Amino acid sequence: MTFQTFIFYAFSAILVFAALRVVTTRNPVHAALWLVLCFFTMAGIWMLLKAEFLAIALVLVYVGAVMVLFLFVVMMLDVNFDSMRTNFRGYIPVGFTVGVLVLLEMTLVIVGARVGGVASPPVIPGSNTSALGRLIYVDFVYPFEIAAVILLVAIIAAIALTHRKRKESKHQDPGAQVKVRREDRVRLISMPSETRE
Amino acid sequence: MQLLTTPALWQYLVLGAILFAISMAGIFLNRKNVLILLMAIELMLLAVNLNFIAFSSYMADMAGQVFVFFILTVAAAESAIGLAILVLLFRNAGSINVDDLGKLKG
Repeated sequence: MTFQTFIFYAFSAILVFAALRVVTTRNPVHAALWLVLCFFTMAGIWMLLKAEFLAIALVLVYVGAVMVLFLFVVMMLDVNFDSMRTNFRGYIPVGFTVGVLVLLEMTLVIVGARVGGVASPPVIPGSNTSALGRLIYVDFVYPFEIAAVILLVAIIAAIALTHRKRKESKHQDPGAQVKVRREDRVRLISMPSETRE
Repeated sequence: MQLLTTPALWQYLVLGAILFAISMAGIFLNRKNVLILLMAIELMLLAVNLNFIAFSSYMADMAGQVFVFFILTVAAAESAIGLAILVLLFRNAGSINVDDLGKLKG
């Protein structure tokens, strides 16, 4: 047994166990932490596949940003999570059945198709990061910019959804400013003019 | 024994399938809790990414890794918007039950 194989099996075992804990644990904070473990072990497996840049990106982006966001939200919400687990046991048979069926079908396809590929991953010349960068900024530059726009849309959507107007904040309302008419601002009063004493 | 030499492509693919099946079962188990549903979707995307990277590595084609890059981007956007909707749901309905999502209508 080579060291690579040992790493693969050890990380796979940790990954599957952590994934099972994510979907079965009672406390959402624990679920988020098990998910962090999932991401870390998956990053290790990606290193084994010589995808170093994506492994590091997974740790930085997911563990560093997305999971922290999840933890923030879990801790911010004051929800009784136990009440949400009513009939948890009732769903176990159907969940188990569907999961096993999906797994069986996929495994049959994968093993039956005898997907090829060389036994050991070939070494791509140059570092992984430079190869990926060359591909992204040359061949995939247009999808890359679309991805940037998607991120911008996500920022605006998240802010627009959760933004609350505060009453005491002083802000301009351009719509109201444009809609204003002369009658709203100026009032002409006819009154007798004063006479000099 | 073939299993004990360096891991082959199908072993990575089966690992991805196991992960996908677990998260699919998780969606059925935690049908009420939006938060765990989002986490299960993240796990599913992770399984898909593993398939992409395994194929990319064994077929010596870097394009698969570029696709993983884009999937990571879209998944981050998706979870940010999902969590925003979750916060909105909690503010309006006082719970994060899937059954209360209809209260956000209108």
